[in-house]
Amino acid sequence: MTEPLKSPPKKNPQLRTSAPTLPPTMRSRAAMGLTAAAAEGRFMLQVCADCGTVLYPARDACSRCLSTDLHWQEVSPKGRLLAETTVRTSTNLYFRERAPWRTGTVQLDVGPVIICHVHGDVERNGRVVLWNRLDRAGQGVLIAMPEQPTPNMEDDPQLRAMTSDPKHRRVLIADARSENAAAIARALKKAGAGQVFIGEAEAWRPNPMRAVLEDIPGVQILPLDVTDTRSVAELAGEIGGKVDILINNARFLRPGGALSRGDTVFAQQEMEVNYLGLMRLAQAFGPGMCARTADGVNSAVAWVNILSAHALVSLPELGGFSASQAAALSLSQSLRAEFRASGLRVMNVFIGPTEDDWHQPLPPPKVPPEALARDLVAGLQAGLEDVYCGDVARDLIERFRAGAKVLEREMTTGQG
Amino acid sequence: MSTLSELTARLATGAVQVVDLTHTLDPDFPVIVLPPEFGQCAPFRIEEISAYDHRGPAWKWNNISMGEHTGTHFDAPSHWISGRDVPNGAVDEIDPAMLVGPVVVIDCSEGTAGNDDFELTPQIILDWEARHGLIPAGSWVLMRTDWSKRSGAAYLNMKDDGPHSPGPTPEAIRLLVHEREIRGFGTECIGTDAGQGAHYTPPYPAHFTLHGAGRYGLQCLRNLDLLPPTGAVLIAPPLKIKGGTGSPLRVLALVEN
Repeated sequence: MTEPLKSPPKKNPQLRTSAPTLPPTMRSRAAMGLTAAAAEGRFMLQVCADCGTVLYPARDACSRCLSTDLHWQEVSPKGRLLAETTVRTSTNLYFRERAPWRTGTVQLDVGPVIICHVHGDVERNGRVVLWNRLDRAGQGVLIAMPEQPTPNMEDDPQLRAMTSDPKHRRVLIADARSENAAAIARALKKAGAGQVFIGEAEAWRPNPMRAVLEDIPGVQILPLDVTDTRSVAELAGEIGGKVDILINNARFLRPGGALSRGDTVFAQQEMEVNYLGLMRLAQAFGPGMCARTADGVNSAVAWVNILSAHALVSLPELGGFSASQAAALSLSQSLRAEFRASGLRVMNVFIGPTEDDWHQPLPPPKVPPEALARDLVAGLQAGLEDVYCGDVARDLIERFRAGAKVLEREMTTGQG
Repeated sequence: MSTLSELTARLATGAVQVVDLTHTLDPDFPVIVLPPEFGQCAPFRIEEISAYDHRGPAWKWNNISMGEHTGTHFDAPSHWISGRDVPNGAVDEIDPAMLVGPVVVIDCSEGTAGNDDFELTPQIILDWEARHGLIPAGSWVLMRTDWSKRSGAAYLNMKDDGPHSPGPTPEAIRLLVHEREIRGFGTECIGTDAGQGAHYTPPYPAHFTLHGAGRYGLQCLRNLDLLPPTGAVLIAPPLKIKGGTGSPLRVLALVEN
């Protein structure tokens, strides 16, 4: 069993914070398929459409029949550990700092033999299941896990280095007025999170959620208005050095597209909160978090955006809002590039209509706060980049991938 | 000595004092809250353009944004539907002579101390006049409530049935506008009307009556406790916004010691 991870001691202010280092980043274009699958927590390998061979590592032509008709498919991740070794030093800085590091060879039941990371609880010659995870460089890598869960297996240092596990980490949730703030805070605490800070805008206005939030142990409500640059800068100045996970749940939504509104007032507010709010948070909290990605047990690890799945394709009934979500999605991609050197991960949680006032006239299914919180925390624990929460979001991403133009046509003719 | 040189001389000696009746424009200052499906007044926001840095090495400046009715602000007649056809009803059209004038202060602070929904009634105005004389035509009338000493949630005082703050009854504002022919009416609260002003007939009587008659409003004032009941001069020029229905402004009073 894995040694359970202890709550870290208070930081020694006399010691320099370790600077972030990354595992190797180079991959071929073909190998990016593994990364794309890991971003969603899926185990996929290339399969030859002509001869059915399962291929690893990724390549441009089938190693058995030379066909170039290769597709990434979900295949069985199960297999057996053939050989293992523990690397005690390395010329690569990242692994040198983290040695010892267990690696091995796994024979998958579906064919290929794979050199991969090996979890500490895997027994010699034991049955394993391969997990496809993003490493700190954001590349898909495989880690052999025990076939049956073992106690505290999530605390294995090699696995934890690949995930965004909230255990013992401190979290900032941006908006205490959101319906989902309490559910997210509770799910984080259940997952072992340390302090949970929640930002509250406009303290001069009653917040019906406040009493509920104050009842959750370990939660602190602090002033934060993502539309006010000084407010964001002030909170970052105060707690920026101890935010390990930032969850941007601030959202402004009003119905209507361009013509039904006739003005740009709501659109401006949507951009102020949903797009510029994200930018303000990133400018204020991003640099500090990027500097603390190698800061021990409670290192900075993930940036979470909650986005409407209509960032992918507009829902004309919420046309203005959809546009602001598309802007936020685009910015989140930019942030991935800007955070990349630090290893700070951007996780987008895509949701369909949620259970709240502004989706009240829309038919179900709607995502309740608890379902969002559950998928968000599970996504952190799996170190994902993209989470599709609820039936509507999962349906939309499937149709988006099948044909973006067809989906656009369906959405804009009321067949969404 | 001319009147103005005498005034400036007295300003220099402190015999005439300048009192600032303005709140600082602050992102945290409350704005009026309407039902969320309506458009909302934008709060004050400030974004740095440069601060002696790579964005501009020798200078510091900011972009600011806000609604016309944010912070200490002026209401022009065109703000309200009753005043939409009033001549010169927008801030850029108002005769500048209207922006400087006499002011009287009706002290309601005792009543508002114990009653958030305190009403300014005709009787209170008549009692005030019994002590200080008839309100001169063309005066600003300011309702002192000491509400400006509140901050945060207590200022807007929002409950489940809306905000609770003092204001005039329909009869009181009609007396001031139609019989005393005042220039405008000012308060320390977020509006010229009471927090529960929607429940009068007409709803929001101060807005309806003042602006329908081409008169002005001032709200979110402070330091009214530093003004005498009569005899001060109010300087309240809104920004010259084309077609503007109001504007944040610096409100000053000249007070003779």
